[in-house]
Amino acid sequence: MENILEIKGLNKAYDGFALKDVSFSLPRGFIMGFVGENGSGKTTTIRSILDMAKIDSGKISVFGLDSVKDTIAIKEKLGVVFDSLYISDNLNVKQIEQQFKPFYKEWNSDEYAARIKKFGLPTDKSVGNFSKGMKMKLMIAVALSHNAEFMILDEPTSGLDPVARDELLDILAEYIEDEKRSVLFSTHITSDVERIADYVTILHNGKVWYTGTKDELTEGYVVVKGAEEDIPSGVKEKLIGFHGYRNGFDAMMKSENAEMLSDELETEKASIDEILVYIAKEDRRERDSKTDKV
Amino acid sequence: MKIIIKNKSDVPIYEQIEEQIKTQILEGKTEENEQLPSIRQLARDLKISAITTTRVYNDLAEEGYIISVTGKGFFVAPRNNDLLRERMLCEMEEAMEKVIVTGRNAGLSDKEIIGALKKFMEE
Repeated sequence: MENILEIKGLNKAYDGFALKDVSFSLPRGFIMGFVGENGSGKTTTIRSILDMAKIDSGKISVFGLDSVKDTIAIKEKLGVVFDSLYISDNLNVKQIEQQFKPFYKEWNSDEYAARIKKFGLPTDKSVGNFSKGMKMKLMIAVALSHNAEFMILDEPTSGLDPVARDELLDILAEYIEDEKRSVLFSTHITSDVERIADYVTILHNGKVWYTGTKDELTEGYVVVKGAEEDIPSGVKEKLIGFHGYRNGFDAMMKSENAEMLSDELETEKASIDEILVYIAKEDRRERDSKTDKV
Repeated sequence: MKIIIKNKSDVPIYEQIEEQIKTQILEGKTEENEQLPSIRQLARDLKISAITTTRVYNDLAEEGYIISVTGKGFFVAPRNNDLLRERMLCEMEEAMEKVIVTGRNAGLSDKEIIGALKKFMEE
C-alpha cells in the first residue's frame, strides 16, 4: 500500500513545547483521525506537514515528495481546511474563486460551481456572513475544485452543530470512496473519529502515543472498575490512569491483560474519549509521584 | 439487504453487520448470487471505516456466506454451497439445543418436546 503521508522522526521545539520523534504514516484511500488534548502538538504537526513551521529534524513526505523541497508541487494536490477561514470576509464565492484559481494548474470552474450548488452555499452573500459550517464547506469546495488528492483538516468539526458535522462526515466518506484519496483530520470530538476514521494517531505531550488502525485501538483497551482490594497482585502496575475513590476505583488497561483480572471487577470497552482521559490521568499520577519523592 | 448499526451497542460494529448479513442469508431474504455493495460503498453508506467493512466481508467469505469474485466484488454464496449448508445445519442444531433445554427446564418429557415439535411442523 502506497503512503500518501509519511512522517519520520519529526522534531520541532518551541518555547516550552516540543514535538519529539513523531513518526506515522497514512496509506492512500483512508481517513486518519488525529487526536490528543489541546497543546499535544496536533496543529504544530500539521503546520510542519504544510511547511508553515520549520522543522528541526526529521523527514515528511507527501505523495512521496519532500515537504520542504517540493512544497509547491505538494500544494497543487493538497487541500487544507482550517477551523477559521483564511480568506477575506468581504468577498463572495465567485470572487473567492478568482483568488484561488491562479494558484492551481488543475482548477475546474465547473466543479467549483457544482459543489457550491450541492453544498447549498449562497452566491450573493459575502463569506463574512457565512456560518461556520458554510465556511468549512466552502473550503472543501475549493479543495475539490483543484482535484486535491489529500485533504488536511484542522479541527473541522469544532463549533459545528451536529447536522453540519454529519454532513462533513458524509463528504469525507464520499471523498475517499475511490481508494485514491486520503484525509487527515485533527479533532477533539472523538465521536467523529470513532465512526468514520480508518486510522487513528494519538499525540500526547508532543509524542505519538498510538498510531494504527482504529479498530486495533478501540479493541486494545478496556476500562476496569471495581473495589481496590479485588485487584489481583501484579495487575496494579498494568493499570493506566488509576483513579481510586472511597467506594472503588476505575482505570484503563490493555485488553490482552484483562484475563489476569478477577471476576469481581467489571470491564467495558474503552472509547477513544476514555483512552484520552486515562492517558492524561496517568500522566498526572506520574508527575504527582515524582513531586512526592522530592 | 438491510443493515442497521446501533452506535450505543456494546457489540462491535463489524459484528453487528456480520450478524445481520448472516441472518438475512440464512433466512433466505437474499437471492443466491445477489451482489453485495462494494467494500467502499458499504463504508460510505454506513459512514464507517473501510477497514471495518473489509473485515466483515473477509469474515463472511471465510465462513462461506458470501463469495469473492476477483475484479467483480462480493456475492451471496449459492445455497448448495457446502460451507453455507453446514452453517445452516449448525444454526439449526443450536436452535434445537435451545428447544430441548427450554423444554426440559419447563418440565416437559423428551416425548412431549418431540410431540410439540411435530405439531409445529404440521402447522
